Amino acid sequence: MNTQPFHVPKLALAASLGISLLSFTQTLHAADLSGNVSAEGRYFTSDPAHTGQQRDSNISVSLQPEWKHTWDKDKQQLTFTPFYRWDDNDKERTHADIRQLDYLKSQGDWEFQVGIGKKFWGVTESSHLVDIINQTDAVEGTDGEDKLGQPMLRASRLTENGSVDFFVLPYFRERTFAGSAGRFRQGMVVDTDASTYESSSKEKHVDYAVRWSESRDELDVGLSYFDGTSRDPNFTVGAKNGQAVLVPHYPLIQQVGLDLQHTTESIIWKLEAIHRRSKDMHYSAAVGGLEYSLPAITDSGAELSLLAEYHHDSRGEVATAPLQNDAFIGARLAMNDEASSELLAGGLYDLDNGTTSIRLEASRRVGNGLKLNLEAQVMTNVDANDPLNAFAKDDYLQLELQKFF
Amino acid sequence: MKNKLIIGLTLLSLSGFAVAETPAEKGLRIAKQADASDAGFMDFTANMVMTLKNRAGKTSRRIIRIKTLEGHNDGDKSLSLFDEPADVKGTKMLTFSHGLKADDQWLYLPALKRVKRINSRNKSGPFMGSEFAFEDLGSQEVEKFTYNYLREEPCGAGNAWKCHVIERIPAYKYSGYTKQVSWIDSAEYRVTKVMYYDRKQALLKTLTTTGYQQYAGKHWRPAMMSMQNHQSGKSTTLQWSNYQFKTGLSNRDFNKKSLAR
Repeated sequence: MNTQPFHVPKLALAASLGISLLSFTQTLHAADLSGNVSAEGRYFTSDPAHTGQQRDSNISVSLQPEWKHTWDKDKQQLTFTPFYRWDDNDKERTHADIRQLDYLKSQGDWEFQVGIGKKFWGVTESSHLVDIINQTDAVEGTDGEDKLGQPMLRASRLTENGSVDFFVLPYFRERTFAGSAGRFRQGMVVDTDASTYESSSKEKHVDYAVRWSESRDELDVGLSYFDGTSRDPNFTVGAKNGQAVLVPHYPLIQQVGLDLQHTTESIIWKLEAIHRRSKDMHYSAAVGGLEYSLPAITDSGAELSLLAEYHHDSRGEVATAPLQNDAFIGARLAMNDEASSELLAGGLYDLDNGTTSIRLEASRRVGNGLKLNLEAQVMTNVDANDPLNAFAKDDYLQLELQKFF
Repeated sequence: MKNKLIIGLTLLSLSGFAVAETPAEKGLRIAKQADASDAGFMDFTANMVMTLKNRAGKTSRRIIRIKTLEGHNDGDKSLSLFDEPADVKGTKMLTFSHGLKADDQWLYLPALKRVKRINSRNKSGPFMGSEFAFEDLGSQEVEKFTYNYLREEPCGAGNAWKCHVIERIPAYKYSGYTKQVSWIDSAEYRVTKVMYYDRKQALLKTLTTTGYQQYAGKHWRPAMMSMQNHQSGKSTTLQWSNYQFKTGLSNRDFNKKSLAR
């Protein structure tokens, strides 16, 4: 009896890899290419708070092409979106990621997706509580809206105007953090090589999520449940090369999330609420508010909307999240002109300690497929105990030129 | 003898009722007939190239693909996919039109992969900086206006058609117009011209629609829509092409989930 294990001849393996690569590049050829390349310049108005941080200015370049191949009457789709950023000062900010590499199939009332991708959940503007699937690519920007690609298997059942989505998330992405030369960091640098996990499977722990979303008349509602490794790390102090460093620890959590939006002609009411439970603790947090659209303010049809949101975290002042009892007010101006000029200005105010941060985002098209983005943030009256104190000396002005293709 | 006289007089007065239709009633009747003449299209898709031209003659272009699903007992659903300019490529807009109720609208922002439900307060605002306002492009449901029949006159290419000229007043509270005057041909209910009057009741813009072709044996669609703004000197043209009817679309394709693909 032959008990030898079956060995795949190396040649056959190489051939099948070669064929996969060939069909991959052939698919790329058949696919539509789009994407953008950006040049970003930052200017910091204050000297840095900590030793080693960059001084006043920084330049950075990023590239994000996207290949998308759609067939079968738009029912099947293959997408590949790699990302690369180079940063002049911060080595940790120079990084690459696969934002998306997935296959999607629509079949009757079902939709299936497998690969690396991104899912956004949420309705509010000043912070996103229920959005949990993707890890934050924190070195990208200060608003936490840039995300790393998340490996996932998804099956969705379409409902009348919504769906029920089932997620299996088989691999965990760790958060990116600024290096010693980077701004927007704590006094101690984060040592990402020393990360610890509550799960013994570490990043290979399989996480699960379910979400039901529906739209009826004026109401859009979403209810979600997540069970797995928290995307938000806790920190302990460690040592590296004789220096004190922050070590991320990723606990296991279960989180229930609710997002609700009520839309009428001029007012939109929004709410996001979560309840998160882990081995050691549990807490609730919510953010809610409204967006009020004024009637057209100019003859050319410019639109002004006023925003107000309030944040609450049941952990109070010991919350690790910066928004525990904070108010946000803002305004969005859309010129509705040929250049699609837009401006968003807002302020966050901590009702416990008075820490205030003011933020401005503006953009307009400046040429064919060329877009200019302006971003500025100023912090004032910063309380030494507020988590935002880490960024107190990082007031900045940023100009980004994006070429879309 | 007396019975025949009574019957005769009754018949005369009945026919008198049919003739004495008020201009408002006649305008509404024709609007309903126009709406009914397009019924049964089920769904259609088309490509649209929008060219903006400013007073100096400088142009810029937007390219959009549109899918429309016929509504039953309610307005149509439409999905707009933006292809150009490159910075808005991948953006999608989903609209559920209603009659008197405000439309439901969702916007998909590809950079954040975010589906956002937006309100429809500023329908009078320009669509992508063009001379077409959101309310001009949205589904023109019958209940969105009150009507007033004005007259009949020749219209269309070479004045070959006969048009009903109907005044219509938007029911929408925040409309940018106090009134519109539309020319619609009496044979096939094709709109050839619309004149728009602003909040100060001055003539603001004129829409000219040409290149009508019939699809699926019944449905007329234009190849070109040209909007001229008389006050600013700017204009926008919409070139429609590749109309396809009854492509097998269903509610599933207009589910807000389908935006974030």
